[in-house]
Amino acid sequence: MQFTINGETHDVEPDIRASLLDVLREHVGLTGTKKGCDHGQCGACTVLVNGRRINSCLTLAVMHQDDDILTIEGLGSADNLHPMQAAFVKHDGYQCGYCTPGQICSAVGMLDEVKKGWPSHVSDKLDSVSLSNDEISERMSGNLCRCSAYPNIVDAISEVSGLTPAQKEAADA
Amino acid sequence: MADFKMDADHSGLALERGVQGVLGAGLDRSEGALKVSGVARYGYEHPLAGEVAYGYLITAPAAKGRITGFDTDTARGLPGVLDVIVDDPRIPRQAAAFVPAHAGNDEIDHWDQIVGVAVATSFEAARDAAKSVTMTIAPEQGHFDTMAGVGDASGPPKDSRLQDMAKGDIDAAMADAAVTIDQVYTTPNQVHAAMEPHASVAVWEGDTLTLHSSLQILHAAKGILAKSVGIEADKVRILSPYIGGGFGGKMLGPEAVLAAIAAQKVGRPVKIAMARSQLFHNVYRRTDTHQRIRLAADKDGKLTALAHDSVVSQGPDGGFMEPVALGSIALYDAPVRHFTHKIVTLDMVQAGAVRAPGEAVGMLALETAIDELAEALGRDPIDFRKLNEPPVDPMTGAPFSTRALVECLDKGAERFGWANRASQPGQVRDGEWLIGMGMAAAVRINLLVDSQARVTLSPDGRARIETDMTDIGTGTYTILGQIAAESLGLPMDCVDVILGDTDLPPGAGSGGSFGAASAGSSVALACEDIVATLAERMQADPKDMTLKDGHAIAGNRRVPLSELVGSEPLAALGKISQGSNAKTFSQAAHGAQFAEVAVNSVTGEVRVRRMLGVFEAGRILNAKLARSQAIGGMIWGIGYALMEEAVLDQRHGAFVNHDLGEYHIPSHADVPPLDVLFVEHIDRHANPIGVKGLGELSISGAGAAVTNAIYNACGVRVRDFPLTLDKILGGLPDM
Repeated sequence: MQFTINGETHDVEPDIRASLLDVLREHVGLTGTKKGCDHGQCGACTVLVNGRRINSCLTLAVMHQDDDILTIEGLGSADNLHPMQAAFVKHDGYQCGYCTPGQICSAVGMLDEVKKGWPSHVSDKLDSVSLSNDEISERMSGNLCRCSAYPNIVDAISEVSGLTPAQKEAADA
Repeated sequence: MADFKMDADHSGLALERGVQGVLGAGLDRSEGALKVSGVARYGYEHPLAGEVAYGYLITAPAAKGRITGFDTDTARGLPGVLDVIVDDPRIPRQAAAFVPAHAGNDEIDHWDQIVGVAVATSFEAARDAAKSVTMTIAPEQGHFDTMAGVGDASGPPKDSRLQDMAKGDIDAAMADAAVTIDQVYTTPNQVHAAMEPHASVAVWEGDTLTLHSSLQILHAAKGILAKSVGIEADKVRILSPYIGGGFGGKMLGPEAVLAAIAAQKVGRPVKIAMARSQLFHNVYRRTDTHQRIRLAADKDGKLTALAHDSVVSQGPDGGFMEPVALGSIALYDAPVRHFTHKIVTLDMVQAGAVRAPGEAVGMLALETAIDELAEALGRDPIDFRKLNEPPVDPMTGAPFSTRALVECLDKGAERFGWANRASQPGQVRDGEWLIGMGMAAAVRINLLVDSQARVTLSPDGRARIETDMTDIGTGTYTILGQIAAESLGLPMDCVDVILGDTDLPPGAGSGGSFGAASAGSSVALACEDIVATLAERMQADPKDMTLKDGHAIAGNRRVPLSELVGSEPLAALGKISQGSNAKTFSQAAHGAQFAEVAVNSVTGEVRVRRMLGVFEAGRILNAKLARSQAIGGMIWGIGYALMEEAVLDQRHGAFVNHDLGEYHIPSHADVPPLDVLFVEHIDRHANPIGVKGLGELSISGAGAAVTNAIYNACGVRVRDFPLTLDKILGGLPDM
């Protein structure tokens, strides 16, 4: 079968039991995507498939024929960071760094969901969604961080989303 | 070699004369770009040449009994299976802490015990094989209820950090007091839940074993691994350059030993990551605690007695005791004092160190009790604490090295707006929410352990730091670089920090909040030797020489370090070890925790609205990373107050919620904006660089600030942690 990872076409013959996560890590050699729980409960394995964030441990690789997969390695590199990656460094949105690739991929996917107008549990209205720190926290809650860098992660995402302090406050009020 | 034993204060480091201006600065993490781009490789991810095998641990579905037979035929017949190992006497039953775990799988002593490993050419095949192994078990009745076993409890082990201690007659003091509190507080089993599971890759080359793993204290793990596998320690090398969280749990996982055994048997490298559910049952937990606290005070609010007596649990043969009263011993003045611990043996996974052993759970109870006593006395809880501030260690009479608890309380009260708190509970409403403020003191004992580092200044003017010290997210790469850069007058990008390899000088490792103090001192000491040599070459006294931007300045001369170094690198080994200062001075870090919560008057739901932590932890090495560690600990406090509990099935001795979906740790939505303030006092008695531990201090008292705020919000006092809404709901005021 074939799929695209970070813009490159890959021909793979995965074990039918293999998760997308294990194929990325063990067969393609992209270990930036992390395995924390293998149960879809921690979010460390979050990648973008056709632009949407998913837990790559909860999906079998064989279900992804022709899909376009973006992992942390495709988002930016150490010497050419994506703005979200750079913001995580600046705001210290991590400590051990293990949940970090998942947090970053999730954040990128999440901002796109907001742009599309998808509401969340904390949205006041279903038809017009505006971003706030509360919205960020709610929408990022599928990504656990045991070092508990949460406030710094929210600051990083908030900066990338272009929220000004005044907007954050107004939206949170 | 710069070898310094802490029998006296250091006379003054080059570090302190440094003018580079990087020490203490809130610099970004040095390894940041590698972590955010996914190229930092953790233990399981080390690239290997050639054929690799995967292991999956086999576990037993019983808590106590004997295994009378295995059926591995089905497993062995599956495609890709290389071996099913259930007959090796070295198979560890669970994770090791400071000594090897019990080995051998004939006997089962806890639920889900490791009994072997399936090895295959793919992860999927190994997992399938492990799940296909069946075993016959002659079960026995296990014991899982701590308080039911209290009659057979034992006291603290001889080598425990904390022995029972008493001063004065607690019963008489309680009988004579104007006001007393006598309550029992309980905390549940808790787990580390680091995001990266325990994972190892074992590679043999002849009789030499290399382990790529995720471990906190490498030189200790090396000895335990060698013993567990049955080889000499000098045949073992361990590498852990990046570690996905430790929190006390990553001393030596059972997967490391089994990867080594399996790799020996199948003749190729073997990788094993523990499954999340296996971690709950095979890595030591934090014990449940049952804490009786007795407090006595006179009518003026002076404490006359303080007793903190605990019952904890441990698995069979576990040597560790949770030192529950550790924070209580020297926190408040009182002439009568009483601290005891009883250990009940259960048929469970062992109990061991989880972030801030002792204070993390002991301070939940003590600081709730102090809140109760202050209220009974009609005193503000901050005023009460200040009134009972001890001038010297109230147990030993030793002076404090540094102590700024009162300063933390005062600064915190002002910054948090404590004056606006309603002293009576249930007074403040915001719609259907009841709002309250709470606070608690924070304390964590301060430790220093042996640590070595080599610093090399190269002819190109770059410095290289090498030690087997680890960075478990604590910022070691960055702060060791800052210490060397400040000492040697180098920009940060001229310093390389190499960690996590047992071929390097043995460092402190990460644990007990001793990492920064110990490893940092060893680097600063190594730099002393280099500075002395540079000064000699400048024909100046080190004290008269300034080092900045890669140049030495003395006697009207400014010389590039590369020129002073010449053609041969300058290398020095620094070594710190603990000395008599540990006894001469009572050493601890202190702080004050504040929380504002909202309790839903209809549902009992608790939302933490804001928190402030004010901490005195000696010198702050990096303002940004220190704040991050502090908020991390405070958030653990939110978890301990509101949600964390490994629920034990009393029938089987199994944790029912053995995954991250049901063992609740705080997530984004649970965490409000957090504020942190550092009160900086350089502690020269503690270690040469004057820092104290911070990572564990920040959890101390944090949960109690939250639960005291809950009481202030709604008048419900719950002494059974965590305060889930079912425990609050029944006590809420009528609508």
